[in-house]
Amino acid sequence: MKNYYTKKTIQRFLEPKYFGEMKDATGVGEVGNPRCGDRMKVYIKIKNGKIVDASFQTLGCAAAIATSDVICEMIIGKTTKEALSITEKEMIEKLEKLPLVKVHCSSLAIEGLKKAIENYEKKED
Amino acid sequence: MKKNKQKIYLDYASTTPAGESVVSAMIPLLQKDFGNPSSLHALGQDALYAIDEARRKVAEFLGAKESEIIFTSSATEADNIALSGVLQKEKKAHVITSVIEHKAVLEPLNSSSAEVTYLPVNKEGVVKVEDVLKEIRENTVLVSIMYANSEIGTIQPIKEIGAAVKRINENRKKKIVFHTDAVQAVNYLPCKVNDLNVDLLTISGHKIYGPKGVGALFIRQGIEISPIFYGAKQERGVRPGTENTAAIVGLSQAVEDLQKNMTEKTEKLRDRIIDTILSEIPQTRLNGSRERRLPNNINISFKGVEGESLLIALDQKGIAVSTGSACASRSLLPSYVLLAIGLSHEEAHGSLRVTLGRMTTEKEVDYFLEQLPLIVERLRKISGK
Ligand code: FES
Repeated sequence: MKNYYTKKTIQRFLEPKYFGEMKDATGVGEVGNPRCGDRMKVYIKIKNGKIVDASFQTLGCAAAIATSDVICEMIIGKTTKEALSITEKEMIEKLEKLPLVKVHCSSLAIEGLKKAIENYEKKED
Repeated sequence: MKKNKQKIYLDYASTTPAGESVVSAMIPLLQKDFGNPSSLHALGQDALYAIDEARRKVAEFLGAKESEIIFTSSATEADNIALSGVLQKEKKAHVITSVIEHKAVLEPLNSSSAEVTYLPVNKEGVVKVEDVLKEIRENTVLVSIMYANSEIGTIQPIKEIGAAVKRINENRKKKIVFHTDAVQAVNYLPCKVNDLNVDLLTISGHKIYGPKGVGALFIRQGIEISPIFYGAKQERGVRPGTENTAAIVGLSQAVEDLQKNMTEKTEKLRDRIIDTILSEIPQTRLNGSRERRLPNNINISFKGVEGESLLIALDQKGIAVSTGSACASRSLLPSYVLLAIGLSHEEAHGSLRVTLGRMTTEKEVDYFLEQLPLIVERLRKISGK
């Protein structure tokens, strides 16, 4: 049976580990995808310059949900600077691949993370 | 992950499997009766006879003359021939159609030099007969309104429009041609061209348990249609090219097999699905009309859920459906049909289309109705809406 998405993408989409609101988040970023109308919220908790926890809420396609989950997993334990250097390509590698038309969904996750870090930094000042 | 063996196809408006009798009717034409219908030898004449028989069956189904049926490579081609075929010789022509037509109608009109009026539809997706009449001008040459919509299942008042156009034509020197794309209607609705008062009517093979790659166009005697491409004189020169004999015979077998008694059973299943979803899953809405609806169509929007993810999650449970969400389209645009009936982008985003068919069972519906609420709930948790 041929599938549109890789097994890894499907698994992430069906059983994401990092979804849900974070009540004690220190940074929250919300982004929308102007192309297809999707929305994503990224929550991060930062302690001593490191991201110690992350979660997401996403209204979007299976790829958007899977990449949301991937980015949360990838940033935990990283400094904000390290987290900001994560690329679409690195995220997609975690899923093996994404259909071409779905690559923009992974940039949504990166945008969401950026906004969350900005939000945290603003509060710090 | 557990492999789910269950396969439940609930996407019959996209395409249907070819019936057993259709396949057996087609095979000889691919092998021993492979002749070219234009050849004068016996092998060729056998093939010609097969096509003639096919034409007779389709004509009978439509209540038309054999000479009024031409076979095409698809319904899209039939629509193109119908519209461009009428418009080609016209100058400064005016055409009336609706905003929710199939792309096979909208695109040829968009690219023609004719002036086109795109009629709006009401929130149920219905074209008003008065609206058609109001727009008729002196230079109107063509009206094209679909019989039933593939996405929301809305049935248009074709018979009424046909009668009204006919009345107007009585006092006109230049007659208005009335075309309907009946692709989605054939399975369930009466299609006699003289009752409907249509001049051109399109049907498709693969939506009625026939093969893909074949369609047919009814062209009322006296209506002049120019070919849109040129070659030899097959299909009266309107659609040149060696006939796809197997597919044509397959289409005619599918027409012959149309089951008259399917409507009631299908309607019951449809109503059960609609009622259950609307009453058991909060924040849902039915798209399209409740009454003027194809017996096999269900289209529902779920708030806080995106349709592509819903489709993929159901697919993982072995259930095949469709959606009007932007995320599922190559263009990343939401369904223009859903927007035309007044849905917001967000509502179109959360839409799910379920279409039933000949093989759909009560049990399949049970399983679908059991899985769907669980998936919707999970996706709503993920979206936080
Ligand atoms: S979120 Fe819309 S296509 Fe991925």
